[in-house]
Amino acid sequence: MQQYIDIYNEHRRAIEQQSPAAMNAARERALATLLTGAVPARGSDDYEATDLGEIFAPDYGVNINRVAFPAVPATFNCALPTLSAAPFHVVNDTFHAPQNAQLAPGVVVCAMRDADARCPGVLERYYNRLAADGGDITVALNTLLAQDGVLIHVPRGVNNDKPIQLINILNAAATLMAVRRVLIVLDDGAQASVLMCDHTADATRRYLNLQVVEIHLGRDARLQYYEMEESSATTGRVSSLLARQERGSSLLVDSITLNNGITRNNYRIDIDDEQCSTTLLGMAIAGAGQHVDNHTLINHRAPRCKSHEMFKYSLDDDAIGAFAGKIYVAPGCPGVDAYQGNRNLCGSPRARMYTKPQLEIYTDDVKCSHGATVGQLDREALFYMQQRGVSLEAARTLLKQAFMSDIVDAVQLPALRERLRHLVERRFTGADALCNNCTLSH
Amino acid sequence: MLKIKDLHASIEGKEILKGVDLEVNAGEVHAIMGPNGSGKSTLSAVLTGHPAYTVTGGSVSFNGKDLLALSPEDRAHEGLFLSFQYPVEIPGVSMVNFMRTAVNEKRRYHGEEPLSAADFLKLMREKRAIVQLDNKLAARSVNEGFSGGEKKRNEIFQMAMLEPKLSILDETDSGLDIDALRIVAEGVNTLKRADNATIVITHYQRLLDYIKPDVVHVLYKGRIVKTGGPELALELEEKGYDWLKDND
Repeated sequence: MQQYIDIYNEHRRAIEQQSPAAMNAARERALATLLTGAVPARGSDDYEATDLGEIFAPDYGVNINRVAFPAVPATFNCALPTLSAAPFHVVNDTFHAPQNAQLAPGVVVCAMRDADARCPGVLERYYNRLAADGGDITVALNTLLAQDGVLIHVPRGVNNDKPIQLINILNAAATLMAVRRVLIVLDDGAQASVLMCDHTADATRRYLNLQVVEIHLGRDARLQYYEMEESSATTGRVSSLLARQERGSSLLVDSITLNNGITRNNYRIDIDDEQCSTTLLGMAIAGAGQHVDNHTLINHRAPRCKSHEMFKYSLDDDAIGAFAGKIYVAPGCPGVDAYQGNRNLCGSPRARMYTKPQLEIYTDDVKCSHGATVGQLDREALFYMQQRGVSLEAARTLLKQAFMSDIVDAVQLPALRERLRHLVERRFTGADALCNNCTLSH
Repeated sequence: MLKIKDLHASIEGKEILKGVDLEVNAGEVHAIMGPNGSGKSTLSAVLTGHPAYTVTGGSVSFNGKDLLALSPEDRAHEGLFLSFQYPVEIPGVSMVNFMRTAVNEKRRYHGEEPLSAADFLKLMREKRAIVQLDNKLAARSVNEGFSGGEKKRNEIFQMAMLEPKLSILDETDSGLDIDALRIVAEGVNTLKRADNATIVITHYQRLLDYIKPDVVHVLYKGRIVKTGGPELALELEEKGYDWLKDND
């Protein structure tokens, strides 16, 4: 970690010159956090199965001087082109807007450096508000080094009915750490859906995607947020999503890992007022050499709210999966209804799943439960299908797809749901490069 | 069609089949009866290749092929079908997807092109009618939430879809009310042809009122101890199995 602190100290002026004031204002405190906090060791409380030191060990470069990369690599083709005619792109950590973005009136999707001009005051008010006490050292590192980011702002009462798609691409001629920052603000009564796709275009290089996403939902705001990682074995991802919900708001977060190297996702959702609904869903499919770790906290800090959480993993070969989920209910929060589930399939004796459900409840009159299972494919079901002439391989694929079907079905955007069904099938049938070669003619 | 010679099989080290001999020819219906634990379901599991069972001796030839050397799916492709005593529920796998995969894998095995979507759906419609299986059931996940009768009808529906040469019906009458039993039996009789054969495994005479066997065998302690005509089933119904044990 020290090498990145050194980068900051050496290039402080260059970093600040490139960045809006709100980003610079947050750096001192982030630096203090980094200087006082040690990198958590593998096996420590929040990192039982993931070695953070190892993730950051390669000497990643940081694009301090904002060297321009091609906006979108010519070979690149996203899996979800039907979803949004005009997606936004982030190449490494640089934002590119399309010519003809289709947004509802008043909706802004822009680079943070343009935020003051496009929607004055929003960045100052919300940037780093949740991340400042986000706790994790990786969030502080992001705050220290981030030079730009994406702001999505949906003003009061506006329904942005078309999904906002952000395609994130890692593509550089060097070992690179992309420092990505996203801020999503939905004012009272606003509605939107956001899809983030993570890709690695040039998989011959090693990358680290260090990401922080902050989400603020005003009263009665409704957001669906999907993030899909379809990167490469050479890609590391350390992402923290921090969300805050005000009264009556509704949030769906859907975390999908289809292909990756080593991934650590943190989700913390603060439910700060009554009548909120929160859904946190996750799907991870991992095979040889892949590692997926999801760490979640549903923070019930108000009465009469409902949360539902379900993460499913399918692990093959020597894949490693980890899930730690906490439901916290603060004192004085009657009427909270919270469920957490984690279901895992180990398709190989070498696959490892670590699961740690936690309930921490300080109010009597609540309904909270959890369930965690680790199992194998049902042998009787496999034989039944074989008896009908389905090969063992195809039977295994069908059962794995079936295992993930409730997560796929829970996607509320029809185009994404169908696309995801197709991608999951391709993933289980061993097709590589899901996105780059995919066609829509199926 | 099927020639079983001195078949021995065990599960977890315990020998269940202790030398079964059986021959089934095209066009025939055989009934295998016997008390609980005599090895009836083991015989069907071993013939279809269930991985939990180990064959420890003997041979099985099916239309001239060494059946025991084939994988379970290839046995199915060669025309062997088992109607399960307890059909497995498979949540999340639709009947349509399951059957399309099964039918097309069989076609591929025999060097045929996969069915077009339209032809496949037409085939589904035709075969559903044979056992009066509701379209809604065909659209659901395999056996999920089906009643006992619906599950058994679904087995016969799949049998109709796959047109096997030899069908083994394992306790197909268990858990069926009289109407469902009639529908299932009529389905089986409709599918009967001169070039296919059926083995009916059952406890009771009841099913044999509907599916008339040509030959009746009694399996007891892992061996076929008696073989006769349809009248043997009636005799068993009347006397129970105890008189066989006395002959031990």
